[in-house]
This record gives sequence, structure tokens and C-alpha cells, in this order.
Amino acid sequence: MRTVLSYLRPSAKKMAWGITIKFLGTVMDLFLPWILAFVIDTVVPRRSLAQIALWGGVMFLCSVLAVVGNIAANRSAARIARDTSERIRHDLFSKTARLSCRQIDHFTVPSLEARLTTDTYNVHQMLNMMQRVGIRAPILLLGGVAVTLTLEPVLTLVLLSVLPLIALVVFFVSRKGVGLFSAMQRSVDTLVRTVREDVTGIRIIKALSRTEGEKARFDGVNRAVSRRETAASTTMALSNPAIDFFLGAGLTGVILVGAFRVDSGLTQPGAILAFLSYFTIILGAMLSITRVFVMYSKGAASAARIQEVLAAEGEPETLAATPDRGQARLSFEGVTFSYGGGEPAVEDISFAVEPGQTLGIIGATGSGKSTLCNLMLRFYTPDKGVIRLDGRDIRAIPLKELRNRFGVVFQNDLLFGRTVAENIDFDRGIAPGRAAAAAGWAQADFVAGLEGGFAHPLAARGTDLSGGQRQRLLVARALAGDPDILILDDASSALDYQTDARLRQAVREHCADATCVVVAQRVSSVMGADQILVLDEGRLLGCGSHSELLESCPPYRELYALQMGEGAAQ
Amino acid sequence: MKGSYNMQTPGGQRRPSRGQERPRDTRYTLRRLWGYLCRHRWMLVAAAALALGSNLLALLGPMLSGLAIDAIGTAPGQVDFPRVFFYAGWMLAFYLLSALLGYLLSLLMIRLSQRVVRQMRGDLFSHLMDLPVCYFDSHQTGDIVSRISYDIDTVNTSLSSDLLQIGTSAITVVGSFGMMLAISPALLAVFAVTVPLSVLWTRYMTRKVRPLFSRRSAELGALGGLSEEAVSGLRTIKAYSGEEAVTARFDAQDKRSLDAQYAADYYGTMTGPSVNFINNLSLTLVSVLGAALFLFDKITLGNLSSFVLYSRKFSGPINEIANIASDLQSAFAAAERVFRLIDEPPEPADATDALPAGAVRGEVELDRVSFGYDPAAPVLKDFSLRAPPGSLVAIVGPTGAGKTTVINLLMRFYDPQSGEIRLDGRETRRITRDSLRRCYTLVLQDTWLFSGTIAENIAYARPDATREEIEAAAKAAHIHRFISQLPQGYDTPLTGDEAAISRGQKQMLTIARAMLLHSNMLILDEATSNVDTRTERRIQGAMRRLMEGRTCFVIAHRLSTIQNADVILVVKDGRVVEQGDHASLLKKGGAYAELYWAQFQ
Repeated sequence: MRTVLSYLRPSAKKMAWGITIKFLGTVMDLFLPWILAFVIDTVVPRRSLAQIALWGGVMFLCSVLAVVGNIAANRSAARIARDTSERIRHDLFSKTARLSCRQIDHFTVPSLEARLTTDTYNVHQMLNMMQRVGIRAPILLLGGVAVTLTLEPVLTLVLLSVLPLIALVVFFVSRKGVGLFSAMQRSVDTLVRTVREDVTGIRIIKALSRTEGEKARFDGVNRAVSRRETAASTTMALSNPAIDFFLGAGLTGVILVGAFRVDSGLTQPGAILAFLSYFTIILGAMLSITRVFVMYSKGAASAARIQEVLAAEGEPETLAATPDRGQARLSFEGVTFSYGGGEPAVEDISFAVEPGQTLGIIGATGSGKSTLCNLMLRFYTPDKGVIRLDGRDIRAIPLKELRNRFGVVFQNDLLFGRTVAENIDFDRGIAPGRAAAAAGWAQADFVAGLEGGFAHPLAARGTDLSGGQRQRLLVARALAGDPDILILDDASSALDYQTDARLRQAVREHCADATCVVVAQRVSSVMGADQILVLDEGRLLGCGSHSELLESCPPYRELYALQMGEGAAQ
Repeated sequence: MKGSYNMQTPGGQRRPSRGQERPRDTRYTLRRLWGYLCRHRWMLVAAAALALGSNLLALLGPMLSGLAIDAIGTAPGQVDFPRVFFYAGWMLAFYLLSALLGYLLSLLMIRLSQRVVRQMRGDLFSHLMDLPVCYFDSHQTGDIVSRISYDIDTVNTSLSSDLLQIGTSAITVVGSFGMMLAISPALLAVFAVTVPLSVLWTRYMTRKVRPLFSRRSAELGALGGLSEEAVSGLRTIKAYSGEEAVTARFDAQDKRSLDAQYAADYYGTMTGPSVNFINNLSLTLVSVLGAALFLFDKITLGNLSSFVLYSRKFSGPINEIANIASDLQSAFAAAERVFRLIDEPPEPADATDALPAGAVRGEVELDRVSFGYDPAAPVLKDFSLRAPPGSLVAIVGPTGAGKTTVINLLMRFYDPQSGEIRLDGRETRRITRDSLRRCYTLVLQDTWLFSGTIAENIAYARPDATREEIEAAAKAAHIHRFISQLPQGYDTPLTGDEAAISRGQKQMLTIARAMLLHSNMLILDEATSNVDTRTERRIQGAMRRLMEGRTCFVIAHRLSTIQNADVILVVKDGRVVEQGDHASLLKKGGAYAELYWAQFQ
């Protein structure tokens, strides 16, 4: 919370001004019933219409001041909330964009997203409402009590004795309600999940003629939601009638006690009238304050979640230069790495590739293929061993400089909801001609058929394209930057063999000097590589060219035979 | 229920409006809604009676307090205590009774709306299950889910609170108006000023603010979209050093959404103070006018007090009208979306002479079948195929070429526009859908698991399967060892977002599910695409056993798996372009040969 509040500092002056106005505007609201009492008890006995009209004028003036002051203050609050949110969101986003990959894994993507959207929204609402209701409600409550005290201390006590009862009702009902509502929310989640499951699995359900079973399953879930919601609503429904009753009881109390006071000449009936108005004001203020608390706790929880990200560790530091060793474009020297400190994801990996060569990496799911790519880009730093680029330890290369030398397509990589051209350029300022050429090499000829061609706007994540079309655009993106090292992690799995082959050929032709790293599960995608790494559970089973591996590496041979079938012999 | 202190509860917050949505056909929606409500018409009658009773009692409060104040009088020593006690006693009794009735009313309305909503949800879901597969192919999951959760919930909120509020408001407005009329027609003149003012103001604000709020929602949505995209794509962004560029894009969108929010707030923040101003104005006018009337003894102090209290009751609902109207409007729009879905035509009923499939040998024949998802663009044209019992039909072709069409037809997810499909010589349209589908075992590329235990998932098609049968199936699919290693074994619950189970393992679970079925025909739609090669090799034996003696239809992207198929169909651009066995197709040198040789280049 403190960090978030510190973002308010640049607006401190404006805020002080806004709060003052809010204060003045709200106090005006408190004057009105008091004037009414004054008119009845003091002015009317003077029997002067002119004076009544005069005080009416004062009341009108107060009303106008109240509305003008409150609106001005609310607008100032909205402005301050906007400016503060802008600062918070900017810092949060730019921090998120610079989190280390370990931190991203730790927070998880959905949670980071929620912090950027829901949490900043909650904080925005809190900042906005706290300056409005947060100021107004306490003034009305305390001011109302103060005014009534000066007006008639004993009646005030009657009023004050009812408030704790109402507070208790609100407190207990809300406390019980929160638990019941979260139970309800859980059953609603189950309901949504059930529907989502059945909609996505409709083919299987129909194929297995299980629709009746699913209806029965849904009925159970549906009943549970209904039961929970009834329980929660029933509890919450208690508060309004209870508050109504206590309000009525309080009013009755005021009249009863007032009767005694009037009888002994200690008070006047006009005061009772005023009291009835103050009663509603104070009660309203109290209920607002409970709302403010709910809002504050929601906002504070969000602020804490934002704060966690702001305080998290960023990208790794660049080390001081270490002595260079070797000349290879890219080399791994005894690299071992584990994600969570448990079993190593890759263990003791060594290899070296030269410019213009292709490195193939093949292995089962979870064998550590993608981890090697992550390490090359220094998304993570190895626990042991050194990775070198042109002989330089990559830890000594500034991240931007390091990554600018790569062109990458990750497994399940993303296209963004921008135009085709923007997706290829990716804010790197690449010449349009170059981008178009890269699209050609990547076999992305279908772009011409899209409405608007390269200016065609894609749906978010490129969902309007087929899997193969997406992969080809991603390859175009990687090729467009004229990279020294091209990493294709499972980048052609959705392409048919012919397109895949043409793509590989084009890459070899047009990026002759680039080192290619091709990660695949298909032998056909890597068998043309100069060097193939065969991985299994993070360990290197073999390393060499296709023909060498066929000789020396039995697992590779088996894989080849299995995938290519009888045709392999030909 | 008084609008002035509607509590904000965790579940009862006003939902963000979905922009400007209007029901298209209110009468249709009302008629359908009434269909649900009138099943509980006695509850409705009781609710109306309770609402009337509770609100009328509440309306008596100010009158009684006025009478009590008059009994107090204006001078010391003149208080008529017995009358004060009398009225105070009645006040207390009425307030208590009114609160009790109010509570009962809420309980009744909660139950009523829950019954209606549960019924609607149930109807909606069971209709959903009866819809043809093509509905799901052409509608987004999110949209369907939002109808059954968000839309029905909107109807629920509206039924349980808006309906009540409308009734209450009407009674309150009419009642307090009557009371005020009885007290002092002259003072009522005040409302000739304030009511038009507040109606005009609300209308002005609604027109002004609503578009601003829908723009705000749209901009916030865009910001959410951008955040989602950026955060999920962080690695890509980092790889291309795009951190600064994406931050700039985020900032620009953030500015747009904050400005939109401010624009909405700029007017939105006027509402509270303005409503308050109109209340204050009416208090001022009532005070001045009342004091003057009091001066000429046209009104008693107690009457004036009652009038002030009634005037507050009277203006409360009037200020709320705009809110309720817009809530109702979105509730109608939501209800309409629900009913439209319930009115979607279900899968056509089985032909009247349709019979259960019974035991089948597994001879499948397609006879001059023509079909297109869009009849104008046929996928199959006069297509014929005969698969004798126990034969293997493979379907190959590039991704997205329409390989699943044949399967959609076999399972009768879709029906052909012309031609016949026969099973053991019987036209499939003469066989009931359920029994026809049960003749096939289907394993899809999408590994569909539902939330339940692993055992329940394997036994999905045969809930009566014994634990031994389940384990045997899991062993055959080479997933038994993995399951046994889990702490809860076969009783491990699956919740949909397992990190512990890989895509490959999920696929094996669906294969185990298929192993439990003893149908004579098998459909494998890229069933092993998520299984890595090493595992595939391990389950190859199991797959072969699964296929043994059954008529199999296999969609595959690895050509190695289908070379011994009896018939290979080559699909390209949504049409079957070649048909034959491996050797003859290779000899032909067409599309299949091209595909085949490409993998060795």
C-alpha cells in the first residue's frame, strides 16, 4: 500500500485542494436540517415571512454550494486517480516487461495479466472513491454527530445508541456473507467449467452417447449453485430489513425522549424535526463507511499484489568481460541447468557450431530441447558451465546486444493482434522490402491472398490463420532481422513435409552465413543438419551428422526407422 | 427496500454494463419469461401481497411520527404523554412488522428467482446437449459459456432485486404521494419543480453518460487484450528486444483507456451531488413553504415533519428510475440471448422407422455421397467408398484440408446432402443416432478430459466398468505406471489445468478410454500426435491390438503409420483428390507420392 500511496505524491497539492473543497461542500449538506430547525423554532415565532424567505435563500445557497463543491471535488478526484493510475500502470508494465524469466514462471502469466488489469483497476477505483466517499462519509458521520450534539445532546445519545446495533448487524451479516459468497463463487466456477468442458468435448460426448449422463452431472452442479446462492442471498437479505427496523426504532426513541425533553422545556419540537433528518444522514454515512472499508481492503490487496511485482527481481546483470575462448559462433561448455533447483533440465551439454552451419536438436517432449534455446538467449543463466558467442561469455554481453543477434521462433510462439507487416517487423524498423522477402522465404505466400495483404490486421494470437500459416509468419519474423543465429523451436510441426522442405531450402539459400538451430520431433526436419544433438531427459545421447548418428547412436537409428517406415530403406 | 442504502455486497454489485444493448423483441422475451414465472404463480401472488403489506406499513411510519410530534406540542409542560406513547408504540410495532414482512418477501423472491433460474439453466444446458455438432463448430465456447453463466445471472439479479424494487418503488411513490396529498396539497406544489427537474436531469445524464461508459468498457477491454498479448508473449518480446516498443504501446492504450474513464467519470461524478442537490432543493422549498403555512396555522408541525419524511421516500425511487430502467433493459437483452439459444433447432429426431444398430460386423459403405458444410461449396462430390469388416481406411493430407469431414459423416455429426451411408448394408439414417455412435470408438487429437478422477475419465464411456477393467485398459495404453506413481493413483482428481500431466499423458488417458470399449469400428483422428515418438513406439503394440479385427478409420500426419492401409484417401483443399492403396498411389505419382517423397528431401 505504501508504494502505491507514494505514487500520489506528485498530486499532493491538487489533492489537498480537492479535499478542502470536498470538506466545504459536505459541510453545507449538514447545515440544511439545522437551518430547518432554526426556522421552525426561532424564525417562525417571529412571524415574519420575509425572514422565512431569507433563510430559505440561505438554504438554497447552501444547496448550491454543496452541489458545486462536491462536483468540483469529485472531478479533481477523478483527475488525480487518472494521473496516479497512469504512473502506476506505466511502472508496473515496464517492470513486467523486464522481469526475469524465473520471475515470470514464479508469478505465472495469468497472474501477471490480472495484476496489470484487475488489480490496477481496483486501485484506480479505490483512489477515486477514497477521495470522494472516503472524505465525505466520515465528515457526515462526525459532523452530523457534532451538530446534533450542539443541537440537543440527549437526543444525540439516543441516536448513538442505535448506531452500534446497526454496525453489528452489518458487520456480522457481511462477515457471514463473504464466506457464503465465496462458497457460491466456487460452485459457479464449477458450473462454468462443466459447461466449458462439455462444449469443447461435445464430439466425444455425442460419440459415446453420454448426453443424458452429462445432463445429470450438470443438474447436480446446477442444484449446488442454486443452494449456495440461496444460502448467501438469504443471509444478505437480513441486513436491509434489520437496518430499516433499527432506523424506525431510533426514530421512535427520538420522539419518546424528545417528548420528555420538550415537556421539561429543555428542547424545542423543531429540533426533533431536524433530528429525524440527521438520523438519515448519519445512518447513510455509516453504511458508506462500511462500503469504504470493503473498497479499501480490496484496493489494498490489489496494491500489495502490484507491489510484489514492482519489487521483484529484474533481468540478470551483465558481468564484467571475461577472457574469450575459442572462435566458434555458438558453443556450450559443460552446461548444466535446473529450473527450480531440483532435477536438472539439461546436464553437462557441450557442443560448438560455426557460422553457416545447422544444428539440429531432437528428442522427446521434456528432454530439454527448448531449455537449450532459453539458455542461448540468456532467459536463464546456467548453474554450471559457460555459453559462448564468438568466443565471448554471453553473460558479459549486454542483453539487448546479445538478443539482437538472434532470430527466434519458439514452440507455441505468438502472433499479435496487429497487421501482418507489424507482426513481421515487430517494432524493429525493418525495411518493408526485407520483410516481404522474409515472408517469401518462409513460404508465407498466402499473405497475398489476405484482404489488404501485408496490411491485413490479424485477430489476437492470429487465431484467424491456420496453424501452418501462423508458423510461416513466425518464421518470417525470425528471418526478417537478418539474424546471425536462427532458432526454430518446433517451428514447422504444422507444415506438411513439402512446405517444410521448401522452407528449409530457402533459409539455407538466403541466410547462408547464419547459424541455424532447428529443434524438432521429426527426424525429417533435422536430418539435413551438419550436427544433430540427440537429447533424452536432459542428457546428450549422441552428437553428429545424420549418417554418423545412424552408425553410432542406436536410439537415433530407432527413431529414424520408426518415423520413416519402410521407405527409410530406399 | 430503499434505494438510498442498497448495500454493496460481494455478490450483489451492479455489474458493469455491456455497453448499449437493447432487447430486440421485448414481447417475445416477456412471453417466454412468463412461461417460467407462471409455474410459480402462487409465489408471485404471495410476493405481491407481502410487498404491498410491508410497504404500506412502512408508509404509516412518518404519519404516526407526525401525529406523535403533534401530541408533543410546541410548549413545555403541555405534552400529551398517553398519546405520544400510543403513537410511539404503534410506530415500533409497524416498523417491526414491516421489517419482518420485508424479510419474508426477500426470502420468497430469492427462492422464486432461484427456481426460475435453475430451471432456465437446466433447460439451456440440456438443450445445448441436444444441439447438433455444427452449432458448436460455428459458435465460440466463450459465447456459449457466457450465456449460461453471465446472461442467466443477469436475469437472476433482475428477477430477485429489480422486480422487487419496481413493485416497492411503485407502492412507495403512489403511497407517499397520497399521504402528502392528504397532509397538504399546497406543499405538493414543491414537486412540480423538483420532479420534472430530476426526470429531465436523469434523461440528460443517461444520454450523455451511457455512450461514454460503453467507450470506457471498450477501451478497458482493449487494454486487457493488449496486456494479455504482451504478457503471454513476453519471451518473444524479450527475444526481439521489444520491451520499450511494447511499453510505449501499452502506455498509449493506457492513456486512451484512462481518458475514456475520466470522460465517463467527469459526468458520472455529477450524479451523486446532483441527486443530493435536488433533494436539498426540495427540503429547502418544503421548509420555506411549510414554515409559511405553519405560520398561518395551515399545517401542524407534526404534519410538516411527516411531509419532510414522505418527500424523501417519494424522491428516492424517482432518482433510481434511470438505473432500474437500464438494468431491466440489459436483463431483457440477456434473457433474449438465452431464449434464442433454447430456440435453436436441436439435432433432428431419429427417423420414425429408425431401429437400434444392434450387433454390427463393421462393413461401412459410402454410396455417391455429396456433402459441403456450405452446400454451395461441396467437400465431397459423388464420393464412394467401401470398407469391409476389419479393413483400415486412412485419410491423409495437409493440415486444415478437411480430413475430419468423412468422420463427421460417419458419426452423423453432419448428414450428407445426397447419397447414402450404409452400415452392414443398412442406411445409417434408419439407425438411431445413439446406437449408431456407440458402434464406433473415437479417439481425437484434442485430448478431452473432464473434471473427475482419472478412473472416472477412463471409464467415461462405460461408467459400469470395474477397477480391474480400468487398470487393464490403462496398462494396455502404457499409462498404468504413471498413474500408480501419483499420490492418489486412479483417484487423482483432474481439474482441467494440470501441470503434472503432460499433453502426451492426457492423450494416453483418452487411448485407455478407447481400450475399454468393445465396438467393432474405430476412428483415430491424429490420435497420437501429442505423444512423442518414443512413447508412440511403446504404445504401438497396444494401438495395433486396439485396431485388430475392427474397421478402422485413421487420420494421420505421419505417413509411416498408414502404409499398410487398405484404402488411403488423399484430401486437399477440402476435397478428396485420390483414393487407393499405398503402392498404387505411389505408382500413380500424384498428390500422395508428392507428400510421401517430400519427407525424405
